[in-house]
Amino acid sequence: MPEDTPPTADNRPRPTPPALPDGEPARPGMADPLRAPQVRFARPSEPEGETACKITVDHQNFFYGHHQALFDINLQIAEKRVTALIGPSGCGKSTFLRTLNRMNDTIPGTRMEGTVRLGGLDIYRDIADLSTLRTRVGMVFQKSNPFPKSVFDNVAYGLRVNGVTDRQIVAASVEDALRRSFLWDEVKDKLDQSAYMLSGGQQQRLCIARALAVRPEVLLMDEPASALDPISTTKIEDLIGDLRDNYTIVIVTHNMQQAARISDYTAFFYEGRLIEYGPTRRIFTKPSLKRTEDYVTGRFG
Amino acid sequence: MSAVPRGLAARPGPPAPDFQLKAKGTGLLPKSLTLAAVAIIALMLAVILANILIGGREVLSVDFLTHPPEQGMQAGGIFPAIFGTVALVLLMTIAVVPIGVLTAVYLHEYTRPDSKITRLIRIAISNLAGVPSIVFGLFGLGFFIGFVGGGLDAVFHGGAPGPVWGQPAIVWAAATLALLTLPVVIISTEEALRTIPGELKDASYALGATKLQTIRRIILPQAMPGILTGGILAVSRGAGEVAPIMFTGAAYYLPYLPTRLNDQFMELGYHIYVMATQSPDIEATKPILYGTVLVLLVLTFVLNFTAIIIRSRLRARRPNA
Repeated sequence: MPEDTPPTADNRPRPTPPALPDGEPARPGMADPLRAPQVRFARPSEPEGETACKITVDHQNFFYGHHQALFDINLQIAEKRVTALIGPSGCGKSTFLRTLNRMNDTIPGTRMEGTVRLGGLDIYRDIADLSTLRTRVGMVFQKSNPFPKSVFDNVAYGLRVNGVTDRQIVAASVEDALRRSFLWDEVKDKLDQSAYMLSGGQQQRLCIARALAVRPEVLLMDEPASALDPISTTKIEDLIGDLRDNYTIVIVTHNMQQAARISDYTAFFYEGRLIEYGPTRRIFTKPSLKRTEDYVTGRFG
Repeated sequence: MSAVPRGLAARPGPPAPDFQLKAKGTGLLPKSLTLAAVAIIALMLAVILANILIGGREVLSVDFLTHPPEQGMQAGGIFPAIFGTVALVLLMTIAVVPIGVLTAVYLHEYTRPDSKITRLIRIAISNLAGVPSIVFGLFGLGFFIGFVGGGLDAVFHGGAPGPVWGQPAIVWAAATLALLTLPVVIISTEEALRTIPGELKDASYALGATKLQTIRRIILPQAMPGILTGGILAVSRGAGEVAPIMFTGAAYYLPYLPTRLNDQFMELGYHIYVMATQSPDIEATKPILYGTVLVLLVLTFVLNFTAIIIRSRLRARRPNA
């Protein structure tokens, strides 16, 4: 574990991993960090000590039956920042993501050890009510999965199942969520139409709007753009760029350049273990481990 | 072609086979065999329909459908039997659909598909579907009329001169039929539940919905066409059954229509049976018999056809497929 992610755990505001000094020369002998020469980073340099820690994971092990999928994960996720989880298929990054809102609970035979804290609360012990947890930690899936309902009812769903019945409040929240996801202008005239009438990219942004409608603090995204065309992908990335100031975003992605473009911090998973974690710029330009370097430069995985 | 890179063209191909492949026939025999099987079925159906249409066409009229039988069933209509059939299947539907749907939801949403208890329940359901209908009739007589009805009488109607609930009645016939058609509803609902993508459930849970909310707001609306199909198939099956209602409530002839749950009733299938076997003059009742069969056939055909249409709509409407 790199020294800049101390495995401490409480809800005190805590400086996030310090970034590398800007402009530090790349290590000699290191190849072009990405095959594409012009990598655009989300933030050129992360100001030190500005954000608090939102999620703290300590000594996390995860099992599907007898198969262990995660091994002793220790990780702190910065508040109101974008954290990317990268790694080859089957490395446990999606499993890890799904422990953060307890979505794995829906899979029978799974078991987790260790703690996951949101703010200061252990989400597996202190937050007994799953509904409360999941309205605080929203999720967007790989395949856009709108309900077979109207655009409006899709976005209103989370509010309604959580007991918001006032029509005006629901309508205002739906509009707000659709505006936040840059979808309002495209769908304001078809709120009553089926969500399946929308394009694939619009459907995925609708799913983001649906997650935003219940005002979560954390947004988990499991490869949200992997099934979309480049233009729709750009829109999703722009949207993430806009949401980053207000939400803590954890995103799983297979796309190295996407991770570099949109995230502040990057965690590299391999075979169920967290290999390296730090500011995205450092992970991509100056990883401390050979394995990370090989992965981010595309030499394996 | 110059597109072949130099050097590749010179290489030897795959080794020649050291065996002889047998030439196959034209496939005409299997095709004609299967076609003959289809032709037999189609011919049978055509003969049945033609026979009934020819025999029943004379008696079919509005009066036939709206009037009670007269002169020992040698004249008049079949209205009480139509009314009884409709009332019977309505009562049956009220009983079978909720129980069947809840069973399917339990099996699909609350148990692991490979667990022992689930497998046991599934075996029980398919066995239930295989029980001969006369056995259901006898079971209904023993359980619903004797045990449940008799028990109700003993508790609530101790002073009554005769049995109130402990006798053949439309409610017990409907309950027996519900038991008979339960597998149809369960299987059809489960089929619909299986088509619902897991991503929809995940999305619902991820928004903080509970399991009950997800079932009520996402799963059941999505499964509704399947549930409807199951209900209609159950009705069309139930409407044609005679054996289960023979002992549990159907009457040979009644001068009145059933208005209470413990009334007896007339029913189309049973009416056909009675006219064909117990009529004082079977030859004289023949036209009416044909007409009744025609009505029953049209009724079940229409119901089945509706089920088919709903099912194809369900397929067309399914998302992303």
